[in-house]
Amino acid sequence: MKKKSYYDSVHFTGRIWTLTAAFLLVMVPVSICVYYNAWPAATDVLKGLLGVAPIFWTVAVIEVVTYVPMLGAAGSYLGFVTGNLSNLKVPCALGAMEAAKVEPGSEKGEVISTIAIAVSSIVTTVIIAVGVLLLSQFEPILQSPVLKPAFDNILPALFGGLAVVYVSKNWKIALTPLLFMVILFVLQPGLASSVGLLVPVGALITIAVARVLYKKGRI
Amino acid sequence: MHFNPNSSFMYTIVAIVIVYVIAQSMFFLIKAWRRAKELGMEVSTLKKTMLSSALFTVAPAVSILIGVISLSKFLGFPLPWLRLSVIGSLTYEFTAATTAASAIGASITQTITDPKVFAAIAWVMTLGILPSLLLVSIFGKKIENGIIKLKSKDNAWGEIFLTSLFLGMISAFLGVIFATIHQGLKGWIPVFVMIASALIMAVCGIIVKKFHIKWVEDFALPISMLGAMALSIPITNLTQSLL
Repeated sequence: MKKKSYYDSVHFTGRIWTLTAAFLLVMVPVSICVYYNAWPAATDVLKGLLGVAPIFWTVAVIEVVTYVPMLGAAGSYLGFVTGNLSNLKVPCALGAMEAAKVEPGSEKGEVISTIAIAVSSIVTTVIIAVGVLLLSQFEPILQSPVLKPAFDNILPALFGGLAVVYVSKNWKIALTPLLFMVILFVLQPGLASSVGLLVPVGALITIAVARVLYKKGRI
Repeated sequence: MHFNPNSSFMYTIVAIVIVYVIAQSMFFLIKAWRRAKELGMEVSTLKKTMLSSALFTVAPAVSILIGVISLSKFLGFPLPWLRLSVIGSLTYEFTAATTAASAIGASITQTITDPKVFAAIAWVMTLGILPSLLLVSIFGKKIENGIIKLKSKDNAWGEIFLTSLFLGMISAFLGVIFATIHQGLKGWIPVFVMIASALIMAVCGIIVKKFHIKWVEDFALPISMLGAMALSIPITNLTQSLL
C-alpha cells in the first residue's frame, strides 16, 4: 500500500510541477511581447515552427516512450523539465543506478535515478550561472584551442565507458543493434543529425533480439 | 521601448524560471531521499550517488556553457542561459533558433535588436519543446504502469526489456560516433576517444575486482569520461601530426 502511495504522490506532484513549468516557459515569450509591445506576425512563428516541429515533436514522443521507463516517474518529471536528457541526465541516472546496484524500474532504482537527476540539474544550473557571471575570466580558457578536442569529444568519452558496463553484461543482446548502428552510420553519415530518431529503432531491434533469445532460453 | 536581449528585464524573467526549476529539483531530491530512507537504503549510498552524479555532470555542464556562449552571440545571454540550463539541449536549441531565424530572414551572425524577431524566435523555441512536457504529464503514469504490469507478469523479461531499451539507446549513440570515419584518419578521432573511455572503464573494473577498492566503482563513469576527454587532446594532436 505504501508503495502505491509514493508512486501516486510522485505522479500528482510531478504533474503539477511540470505543467506549471510549461506555463512559466510560455510566459517567457508572452512577457517579452507584452513588455516590449512587440508581437511577431503569427506567420513568422508558424514558418519557424514548421521547420522545427516535425522533427522535434516526433523526438518528444520517442523520448517520452523510451526514457520514462528508464528514469522512473520522478526522474522523468524532473528530467523532461531540466532537459539535456540524452547527453547528460539519462547516462547520469543509468551510471548512478549501476553504481548503487539497484534495478531500473524498481522503486529503489527510481529513488536513485531521481537523486542523480536532481543533483545533476542543480550542478548544471550552478555551473552555467557561475560561468555566465564570470564569463570574462572563463571565456579564454573555455575557447582555448588546447581544450577544444576535449569538448568536441564529450559524447564518445561518455558513451564509451557506459557501453562497457552495459554491453559486457549483455553482449548477446547488444551485438546485433551495435553492428546495425555502426554499419548504418558508416554508410549513411548524414543520419548523424537525427540520432534521436534512431534511438527507438535501436531499442526495437534490441527488444526483438532479446525476445528471441529469451524464448530460446539463451539469456 | 528600446530592445536589448541582455536587458535586466530579460535577466529577471529568466531568473524566475531558473529559480523555479531549482526548487523543483530540490523538492524531488528531498522526496526521493526520504523515500530511500523509508526503503532502508544506506545514507552512504545516497551520498555517493549525489557526489558521483555531481562529478559526472561537471564536464557536460561546461560543454553546455560553451553552447550558451555560442548562442549568446545572436540571442544575448539570458534566453540561451534559460533554455540550455533548464529545458533544452544544445542540439535542440541551436537548431530551433537558427531555423526560426532563417525562416524569418534574420541574420544569426549579429545580435538581434528587433524585439519582434527576437520574440518570434523565442516563441518557436518554446512551442517546439512544449510537447515533451505535456506528453510526460499525460502519459508518464500510463507508461510507468505498463512497465510495472510487464514486470509483475514476468519479472525476468521485464528486466531484459528495460535493459534492451538502454542498449538500444547506447547502440544508437555509439553508432553515431562512426559517422565521421569517411573523412579519413581525422574522422576516427571520436572512435579512438570512445575506445580510450572504454579502456579506462575496463581498467576501473579490474581494479574493483582485484583490489576491492569500492570507491573506484562508484566513480568509474566520471573517471572514464573525464579521462577520455583529457586523452582526446593528445589523441587529436597525434592524429593530426600523422596527417
